[in-house]
Amino acid sequence: MAQTAAHAEHQEHPIKLYLLVWGLLFVLSVCSYLVDYFGLHGYLRWGLILIFMVLKAGLIVAVFMHMAWERLALIYAIIVPPVLVLVFVAMMVSESHYTLLTRVNFFGAGP
Amino acid sequence: MHETTKTKPGIALPPLAPGMQGFASDWASDQRAFKNVSWGKAMMWIFLLSDTFVFGCFLLAYMTARMSTTVPWPNPSEVFALNIGGQDIPLILIAIMTFVLISSSGTMAMAVMYGYRRDRRKTAALMLLTALFGATFVGMQAFEWTKLIHEGVRPWENPFGAAQFGSSFFMITGFHGTHVTIGVIFLIIIARKVWRGDFDQEKRGFFTSRKGRYEIVEITGLYWHFVDLVWVFIFAFFYLW
Repeated sequence: MAQTAAHAEHQEHPIKLYLLVWGLLFVLSVCSYLVDYFGLHGYLRWGLILIFMVLKAGLIVAVFMHMAWERLALIYAIIVPPVLVLVFVAMMVSESHYTLLTRVNFFGAGP
Repeated sequence: MHETTKTKPGIALPPLAPGMQGFASDWASDQRAFKNVSWGKAMMWIFLLSDTFVFGCFLLAYMTARMSTTVPWPNPSEVFALNIGGQDIPLILIAIMTFVLISSSGTMAMAVMYGYRRDRRKTAALMLLTALFGATFVGMQAFEWTKLIHEGVRPWENPFGAAQFGSSFFMITGFHGTHVTIGVIFLIIIARKVWRGDFDQEKRGFFTSRKGRYEIVEITGLYWHFVDLVWVFIFAFFYLW
């Protein structure tokens, strides 16, 4: 009884969807590798790296980890906290600028 | 789909509200917030959330070290180049490792799908194939570590530039490799249970004495996809940046 209930509850996804996402992940990985292969620089390089990274992460979480079919209660509980890490990033960026400044001031020779 | 709370059979509960209203009522309700998710799956998600913070802190530490050093950072494109047929190909080993890990994620997704179709043989075979890809990945990482150590990269110094490069590299890839290794062991254990038919016969586990269900394949899959997910971030920030 519990078996059938648990079984019926889970949605079946067509194999095509998984193959499509799998293919997309390969294409995106090739793209991000090509960014390095062609030696792109500056904001273009960083922007492309971030775009491909976010797309790949989104596909894995949404389809492979079935997050797209979960209820909002679970989605928000899992997705929102990691986004708050960006606050920590901002703090550490400011901190590293300060560290670099003191290093250059007191030990000479900048980058 | 008509969603209902996952509960013991025989107890009828009102259907769950959709969208934001459902989000508010789920979290405001008594007993449990994750209505149609089993405790095993919810706990794996919460563990993965905590692991996200571990890797997040590692990448942050790496960012801070790289931003605050006065010595130029080594160029990963050159450091991780391989000489194939007399030509230096940038970052090629890392690219192959990425493809191996993505392939393993694909086979794992297939395994989860066949698990829910209760196809014992295909599920076990695909899980073992996933484990094989994982082991290949760890093997290539061991090769990479050996190569770098021979070139003189240490946690405290390296011949290419900033000293923090070595410590960041060994800590981040080492921790990720450990996760892959644990995943391979986890996969082999569960694949063996699937192959024996433990979940068809509702055999009790030797450790917990509880009946196993095919859902454990999906929970294993969550862990495995997470390992791939972390690699996506390491690949972007450590190798490509």
